[in-house]
Amino acid sequence: MKTSLKIGIALAFTGLAAFAGAAHAAESEVELKHPGWQHKGPFGTFDRAALQRGLTVFENVCNNCHSLEYVHYRNLEALGFTEDEVKGIAAKVQVEDGPNEDGDMFMRPAKPSDPFKFPFANDEIARVSNGGALPPDLSVMVEAREGHEDYIYSLLTGYEDPPAGVEVAAGKSYNPYFSGHQIGMPPPLSEGLVEYPDGTEATVDQMAHDVVTFLAWAAEPNLEERKATGFKVLVFMAILSVLLILANRKIWKKIKTQNA
Amino acid sequence: MASTTKFEPKNGLVRWVDSRLPILSLMHGTLVAYPVPRNFNWWYTFGSLAGLMLVVQIATGIVLAMHYTPNTELAFASIESIMRDVNYGWLLRYIHANGASMFFMVVYIHIFRGLYYGSYKEPREMVWIIGLIIYVLMMATGFMGYVLPWGQMSFWGATVITNLFSAIPLVGDSIVTWLWGGFSVDNPTLQRFFALHYLLPFIIAAFVGMHIWALHIQGSNNPLGIEPKGPQDTVPFHPYYTAKDAVGVAIFIIFFSVFIFFMPNALGHPDNYIPADPLVTPAHIVPEWYYLPFYAILRAMTADFLGVPAKLWGVIAMFGAIFVLFLMPWLDRSKVRSARFRPVYKQFFWLLLVVVLGLGWCGAKSPDDVLVDFGVDSGLIAEQVESHIETRVQREQFAAMDHDDLDAVKTFAGRVGVTPEQFDGWVENPSYHHTFQAVDLSQILAFYYFFHFLVLVPLLGFLEKPLPLPTSISEAVLAKKKTA
Repeated sequence: MKTSLKIGIALAFTGLAAFAGAAHAAESEVELKHPGWQHKGPFGTFDRAALQRGLTVFENVCNNCHSLEYVHYRNLEALGFTEDEVKGIAAKVQVEDGPNEDGDMFMRPAKPSDPFKFPFANDEIARVSNGGALPPDLSVMVEAREGHEDYIYSLLTGYEDPPAGVEVAAGKSYNPYFSGHQIGMPPPLSEGLVEYPDGTEATVDQMAHDVVTFLAWAAEPNLEERKATGFKVLVFMAILSVLLILANRKIWKKIKTQNA
Repeated sequence: MASTTKFEPKNGLVRWVDSRLPILSLMHGTLVAYPVPRNFNWWYTFGSLAGLMLVVQIATGIVLAMHYTPNTELAFASIESIMRDVNYGWLLRYIHANGASMFFMVVYIHIFRGLYYGSYKEPREMVWIIGLIIYVLMMATGFMGYVLPWGQMSFWGATVITNLFSAIPLVGDSIVTWLWGGFSVDNPTLQRFFALHYLLPFIIAAFVGMHIWALHIQGSNNPLGIEPKGPQDTVPFHPYYTAKDAVGVAIFIIFFSVFIFFMPNALGHPDNYIPADPLVTPAHIVPEWYYLPFYAILRAMTADFLGVPAKLWGVIAMFGAIFVLFLMPWLDRSKVRSARFRPVYKQFFWLLLVVVLGLGWCGAKSPDDVLVDFGVDSGLIAEQVESHIETRVQREQFAAMDHDDLDAVKTFAGRVGVTPEQFDGWVENPSYHHTFQAVDLSQILAFYYFFHFLVLVPLLGFLEKPLPLPTSISEAVLAKKKTA
């Protein structure tokens, strides 16, 4: 009986994993880059310096076209900024508010309670300004793509000249990691595009790695709390299991040895 | 309801209540005194685990419903707000989303345990049937729950599954419009799915009550499949099985926690983090893993037959695959319950399990995924070449050729205007190959699934020679102790 139970448990794990794996059979034909992420793995935590650098890239590059609807400036305290620093980061951005008493919309500096700036007033303007393609919201982008962090990183660093014979449509760029290989987003990163406050050299790889770390945090700001809680739960349950196993043995001891 | 210990409360208030409404003695009889065969193994813990999961899903679901907004414009955002702004909202949602998978996993094991030990057989037919009703209700509840986040898979899964009803002759399209509350999956669909997703678990709870009620009338089956002959064969539920189930619960929570805390999205689909967009169809629309075997059966029906379109056959087969389980008590004519004493049935049981897992695997694949490539089909290549031939003379020439000689065919093709690159393209293209595709495997496995229940099970009841049964549970338990 013991072995059949073991087989059962093994089946349960492999079965679930196989179903999940098969259901997610990778779409892209190109092997993704695997640069490694500090926040991956059961004990991984976010690299705070990378998050702050990633914010610089996001504010200066991505946020020109992409929104981050579900993240508010107040959330940036989790990146290691003080309340006043967060106020300063928000205040650099002008957002529309209103209507005021006169019924007019007006511009004001953003507050920590505001979500990240919406670069376009509506989806239609966003499309017109981007050759018909709508830049998607990036709040949960890392969760929403097969390959997750590795995919976004590969995409950002994967722009290249099209192979011979491949015609790239007007306004599109060639990127082997993108489904269909022709992407509406022009190469967003270039050497030295941003200046990092901490003096790190802004290579394309560095910026891509930083901004993907930032987006991973944006997609799941509770990642660290989740793993830490999970660890406590597992330790607690392991101890409880041992106690319950011992209690169960003790209770059954009488009945198992008793003659009927 | 037989009980091994009497309910004799010392507390006056308890006596007062119980003499007016015997709810406490009912609970005592159900959870404390209920006599249970003493030889349960760990597979019998999964019933309690299923009950636990129902409670977990209802408890987390009620709190989630306090923060969720069933509106197509707001649903996705309200889920993100739960994940980010609600205290421990992420934990509630991850428990609930993974909890659905855990609930199904536990219930599948519980069902297969029933199939192995013959728990569906007389006199427990009602227990089995009510259990299957619970399972069908769970499928409906899980499906509607997956729609609520209003991601891409929510929307397209809902579209595909509700569209199945359009296969019903004459009234199919009207039924689909009625289900949708409109002419496509839209806000009315989301709102009614939310209402029903909230309602059904309580109906499930009622059926769980009946499941346990029916079980306790006849008493539990056990791994030996023989009835207890007296008190020496049973133990009271408490403390023996409360203690044993507590161990099962603790180990199960560890398994569950690994998913909740360390791989919370492993069983979901990334596309469901993309807000629903009726104008963009995902490359592959895949249901949750627990529906995959039935999804494979649905898609295995690819031919119109007897004037019934393939789509309707698919729907019939899919629902038939569940319905056939309801007939198990009557399909199985064997006098012996437990597969332990049924050497042939036992082997077919494990084969069935493999087949169901295989169907699940096929369900996750795209039907035209090539599993085995047997190489070029020269007949299909010849058809391509033939479509380029313009004169009768060339046609006759080509007909006289050996089409298996690809070099000669290629040379000929060059003469009728097929470039060598074009020709090589055909040769390399798997659509011009002899292949064994996922849909072919699904068809074989789906056929076997029905063959198992409709042919093998009834036949084995007559043909199989079961092993001798032990005379009593306690005798078997003590004999095992001696040899151990």
